[in-house]
Amino acid sequence: MKLPVLPGASSGCGGGGCGGHDHERGPSLECAVEDRVEKLVSQRLEEPGTRRDILRGGIAAALGLAIAPGCTTSEIDEFFQKHYRELKDDEKKKIFARLEEKTRRRTGVTVHITDPQPLEGVHFAYALNLSHCNGNRRCVEACARENNLPDDPQMRYIRVVELDNGSQHLEKGTTAYDPEKVPQPGKFYLPVQCHQCDNPPCVKACPTKATWKEPDGIVVVDYNWCIGCRYCQAACPYHARRFNWVEPEIEPERVNPDQGYLSNRIRPVGVVEKCTFCLHRTRNGRYPACYEACPTGARKFGNLADPHSEVRHIVENKRVWILKEELGTEPRFFYFYG
Amino acid sequence: MKDFIVYVFRMIGCVVKGSRNYYLWLGTLALFVGMAGLEWYHTLHDGLIVTNMSDHVSWGIGIANFVYFVGVAAGAAVLVVPAYVFHREDIKELVLLGELLAVVAVSMCLLFIMTDVGRPDRLWHLTPGIGFLNLPSSLLSWDVVVFTGYLLMNLHIPGYLLFMRYRGRKPTALMYLPFVFLSMIWAVSIHTVTAFLLSGLGSRPFWNTPILAPRFLISAGASAPALLIILFTAIRHFAGLKVKDSVFEYFLSVLRVTMPINLFLVGCEVFQEFYTGSLHAASAYYLYFGLHGHSMLPKFIWTALTFNIFATVVFLVPKLRAKKPLMYLACGLTVVGIWTEKGMGLIFPGFVPNPLGEIVEYAPNLGEIILNIGIVALGALLYTAMAKVTIAIQRGELRLHPGSTPEAPGAAEVPAPVGSAS
Repeated sequence: MKLPVLPGASSGCGGGGCGGHDHERGPSLECAVEDRVEKLVSQRLEEPGTRRDILRGGIAAALGLAIAPGCTTSEIDEFFQKHYRELKDDEKKKIFARLEEKTRRRTGVTVHITDPQPLEGVHFAYALNLSHCNGNRRCVEACARENNLPDDPQMRYIRVVELDNGSQHLEKGTTAYDPEKVPQPGKFYLPVQCHQCDNPPCVKACPTKATWKEPDGIVVVDYNWCIGCRYCQAACPYHARRFNWVEPEIEPERVNPDQGYLSNRIRPVGVVEKCTFCLHRTRNGRYPACYEACPTGARKFGNLADPHSEVRHIVENKRVWILKEELGTEPRFFYFYG
Repeated sequence: MKDFIVYVFRMIGCVVKGSRNYYLWLGTLALFVGMAGLEWYHTLHDGLIVTNMSDHVSWGIGIANFVYFVGVAAGAAVLVVPAYVFHREDIKELVLLGELLAVVAVSMCLLFIMTDVGRPDRLWHLTPGIGFLNLPSSLLSWDVVVFTGYLLMNLHIPGYLLFMRYRGRKPTALMYLPFVFLSMIWAVSIHTVTAFLLSGLGSRPFWNTPILAPRFLISAGASAPALLIILFTAIRHFAGLKVKDSVFEYFLSVLRVTMPINLFLVGCEVFQEFYTGSLHAASAYYLYFGLHGHSMLPKFIWTALTFNIFATVVFLVPKLRAKKPLMYLACGLTVVGIWTEKGMGLIFPGFVPNPLGEIVEYAPNLGEIILNIGIVALGALLYTAMAKVTIAIQRGELRLHPGSTPEAPGAAEVPAPVGSAS
C-alpha cells in the first residue's frame, strides 16, 4: 500500500482511530498527517455570505462619506478591504496592483505580488540536523533579504541560540554571540523559527481569524486583517512572531521584488508577521531561502506526505525530537542528530 | 421622544453647571486627557515604537492596567449583590453609582486596548457580521463578547432606572431585574475570561496556572471595596451625598475576607513556584528576586506585598480599623498594592524570560505613563459627570415636571433619593 498523499484519500484513518495499520513502517506518522489534514479541513472559515457583503457595503458607504475628506481612494479601499479568504480573484488583482503601486511610490522598485496556492497532497516540513549546524547564521540573513525584513537585528524570523553542550537550558544560552567566531568549543547551536504547528496556539489566540493554517501546513497572516493586538505573540512558545513596531523601511536595493501576498510582501506598520517557509518559493517548487543559504547542509526541507522525500526519511529513521513537545503544539519542524 | 431629548439636554445642563472647584477638577482632568490625546496621536503617527515594548515584552503597562480595571468593573458586584439579593436598603441607595463605576471601568478597559493595538483603524474586524470573531477558540474574542454585554447591561440598568425616576414613574421590574441578576454572573465572567486569556497560554508558564481566575476574583473583591470607600468618602465630602456608616462597615467586612484570602492565594503561588524549583519558576524568580542580574521588579512587588500585609492587619484588628486615618491609609495601600501585584507584577514577568530564554526588561516610558494616566483621568471625568447627574435625579433636583411632588407613587421601588434618607 502506497501512502495516501491526498487529503481524504485515506481509508484507514477515519474518526481519529488509528490502530490496525499493516503498513511496514511509520503508521503513526501517516495517521498523524491524516489526522492533521482532517483538523485543517474543519478549521476552514465558513463560506462568505451575501449578508456580510450587504452589511459591509452599507457601513462602508456610510463611513466612506464620513471619512472621505482627506483620504485618498486607495486609503479608503484599504480600510474596507475584506479578509483574504473572502476575496475573489478580481478583488485580489486590484489589491495586489494597489500594493505594488504603493511600494513603487515608496521605494521606487517595481515589485510583483503573486498569490501561490497550496499544492494538493503537499505537507511541508522542516528537519534540522543539529550535528551539522555551527551557528553561522547565514540562514538568518538570507531569510531577512528574501522576506523583505528591515535592517533591524530584532526583525528576524530565525533566532539561533548558542547553548552549552550537555544542556538545553535556554536561559543559559545566548542569541547575541559573534557569528564570525563559530563554532565555539563546548557549544552547540539551536536555530528556532516558526514551527508551523499543527496545533498552533497563535491561530487559536487570534481574535479576528487574521492568522490561520493553510492546507499545506503553513501558518500565514493576512497583514491587512491583523489588528495588531499581539495576543499571538504571547501565545507562541517559540518566539516566532514579529510585530511591526514601526513602518518597515527597506533600502531600495535590498527589496526583493518577487513577493507573495501572504508571505514576503512589504508589511504595513502595526501588524504581526512570521516565517512562512517562503511559501512564494516553496509553493513554486523551490526551496526556502534559509535552506539554500545553509553552508553546512544542516537544513532539510520537503513534503512530509511524500514517502520518498528526504524529510520523510529523516522523520521515520532518525532520532528526531521536537522543541517543547510537552506543549502539544505538534510542530512541522523537527530537530535531529545525524 | 421629545421628553427624552429634553432629558438629554437637562443632563448635559446638570453636568456643565457647578462650583468653581468643580470646574477646576474637570479642567485638571481634561488637561491630562488632552496630554494623553497628544501622546496617542504620536503613537498612531509613528507606530508603537514610541513605547518601550518590544517583541520580547509585547504587552506593557496598557494591558497591566486593563487587567486591573477589569477587576474594578467586576467589583461593582460588591454593591449589586447585597442590594438586590440581600435587599440592603442602605446599599440600594448607592447601587447605581456602583453600576456606573462598572460602566466607566469597562470603558477604560476598552480604551487601554484601543490605544495598545497596532491597528485601531481595524478594530471593526471584531464586529460579527462585517468582521470575524474567532469563537469559540480565542479568549480575546470571548473578552470582546463579555465586555460588550457587561457594558450594555450596566448602561441599561442605571439608565432605565434613572429615566423612570426622572419621569416620576414606577420602573417595571421585568425591564431591569433580569439584567441585574444576569450582570452578577456576568461580573464574574468578565474577570474569569480575562484570567483565562492569560492562564490558557502554555507558552507562558508563569500565567499557566488554574489559580489565576480565583486570584483575579479575590483581588477584585479586595481592591473594589477599598476603592469604593475612598470614592464614596470623596463624593460624600464634595457632593454632599449621604452614605450611611453601615455601608462602610459592609465594605470593611468584605475586605476582612478578601484581603487574607488574596494573601493566601499569593502564598500558594509562591510555594508552588519555588518549592518545585523547576525551570518554569524563572519568571517568578525574576519577579521576586531578579534573574541573572535583571532586577527591576523585586522592589515593586515587595513594596506591594508589604502594603497588602499592612492593610490586611489594619482591616483585621478592630482597634486599628476604628482609627479613620489609618483605615483610609489601608484602603489606599490596598488599591496601590493590588494594582502593582495584578498589573506589573503579573503581566511583565510573564514575558521575562521570553520563550527562548532571552531576558529583556520592560518599564513604561513617560509617553506610556502619560497615556495611561490620561485614560484614568478620562474615566474620572466620565464618572464625575455620571455621578453628578445620578445624584441630582435621585435627589429629585432633576425631574420631568419640576413642580410635582418629589415622591411619585410607588417610587420606593426606585433607589430612594440619596441625601433625603438617614
